[in-house]
Amino acid sequence: MQDVTTEKKEFTPNIVAFCCNWCSYAGADLAGSSRLTYPANVKIIRVPCSCRVNPMFILKAYQQGADGVILCGCHPGDCHYVTGNYYTRRRMATLFSFLNYMGIEKERTRVEWVSAAEGARFSAVMNDFVKTITELGENKRLSDLRVKEGE
Amino acid sequence: MKDVELKMLERAKELLASGEVARVVGWKKGDFCYDPSPAVFKTVEELENGFVYDYFCGANLSKYLIDVSKKEGKTAVFLKPCDTYSFNQLVKEHRIKRENVYVIAVECMAKLDIEKIKAKGVSFVTGVEVVEKDVKVSSLYGETTLYKPEIVLEKCAVCNKTHQVKDEEIILHERPVRDVNRFAEVEKLEAMTEDERFAFWKEQLSKCIRCNACRNVCPACSCIKCVFDNPNSGIAAKANDSEFEEKMFHIIRAYHVAGRCTDCGECSRVCPQNIPLHLLNRKFIKDMDGLYGEYQAGESSEGKTPLTSYTEEDKEPNDVFNGEAK
Repeated sequence: MQDVTTEKKEFTPNIVAFCCNWCSYAGADLAGSSRLTYPANVKIIRVPCSCRVNPMFILKAYQQGADGVILCGCHPGDCHYVTGNYYTRRRMATLFSFLNYMGIEKERTRVEWVSAAEGARFSAVMNDFVKTITELGENKRLSDLRVKEGE
Repeated sequence: MKDVELKMLERAKELLASGEVARVVGWKKGDFCYDPSPAVFKTVEELENGFVYDYFCGANLSKYLIDVSKKEGKTAVFLKPCDTYSFNQLVKEHRIKRENVYVIAVECMAKLDIEKIKAKGVSFVTGVEVVEKDVKVSSLYGETTLYKPEIVLEKCAVCNKTHQVKDEEIILHERPVRDVNRFAEVEKLEAMTEDERFAFWKEQLSKCIRCNACRNVCPACSCIKCVFDNPNSGIAAKANDSEFEEKMFHIIRAYHVAGRCTDCGECSRVCPQNIPLHLLNRKFIKDMDGLYGEYQAGESSEGKTPLTSYTEEDKEPNDVFNGEAK
């Protein structure tokens, strides 16, 4: 019989990536059609604009078992809605600083700007982020035990 | 303070009797000397029976104007310096009808915290008398003299606020401007390591019983519908059944008022568990001051807040930690 307790499972993080419809989601698409790889544990959620992401989305992702959350949008100045990502930048800057103040690891959440033409960058960003989170380990400080138990 | 109270009472009676205002918002006597509560007075008799203004009137009255300013007739309200910031902020958000409110600015001289008095070992307090920096506290067990700066409310300890709005004023004594740093405690936390901070907040937030008092008292937290009342949100539990919910509630509560919080300190005053909630709000204020320029919510009833404006040169979120760019 297999001994489950001593079996050492390699940690594969769950990553949630919020991608804006106009740039980063298209960037992910380009990465795919260019046959560039990025880890399969990155789960993309398409949002109309990076500024659609409410701080609660990020916390909710952590609650539901994410180990890292990355938010991707158009480069500042290139927003489809002209100014959306400027607001994102301020919101996330204050939120990230605040999460760190609460003692949550600062590397766990990240913002990256990826345009529709940057398929290669999308893949590089995701590879790098997954590597960071794998080194960082499991999300314990913002996880919900009730969700974990149900897994 | 007694002279101020008498003058306020006289003026309130005058306004009601002449019909200039339909109601007066002030403080009414509680069961004990240390628990006066906000109240709406509609007649001169009500004023005579219950009106009070003393060292325990710490409550911020501006939030009550959201409802009463929509009623018929004018409302007179007594506002302390810190309350006027919340008033301005609510006018800015179109929650208070400014033209329906008659603001009477009253002096403050710092309010006392009954919890801090109790912590000094004085219970069953029956009255206080303040002489300069000494507070003579009388209780059922006799009289004790306490040092005032040690027993004032947290919000008063670092306050240098002045009235931002007034239609008339009742100020008999000036409060001296002091040299205080309201971010001192935030800086202390920032200097800790990540693990220490996590432990600190875990200890503090695990005391939370989710009574929602901090939300209910906050002038900035006055949405008609609140996410924490939505039973489908998964975070509306009345008692925390997971550590996550404690953090979720407090992060979202603090973030929701970021840029609009005037640092009136009501959240910490009402918390039955004495969680230092003002340290969460002040972190946002400090960060936004550092990153986007000094800003005090409620200084004006016009203009944009840091989170509803931007510049092209703003710092990247990944580079910002501890309120400073790397």
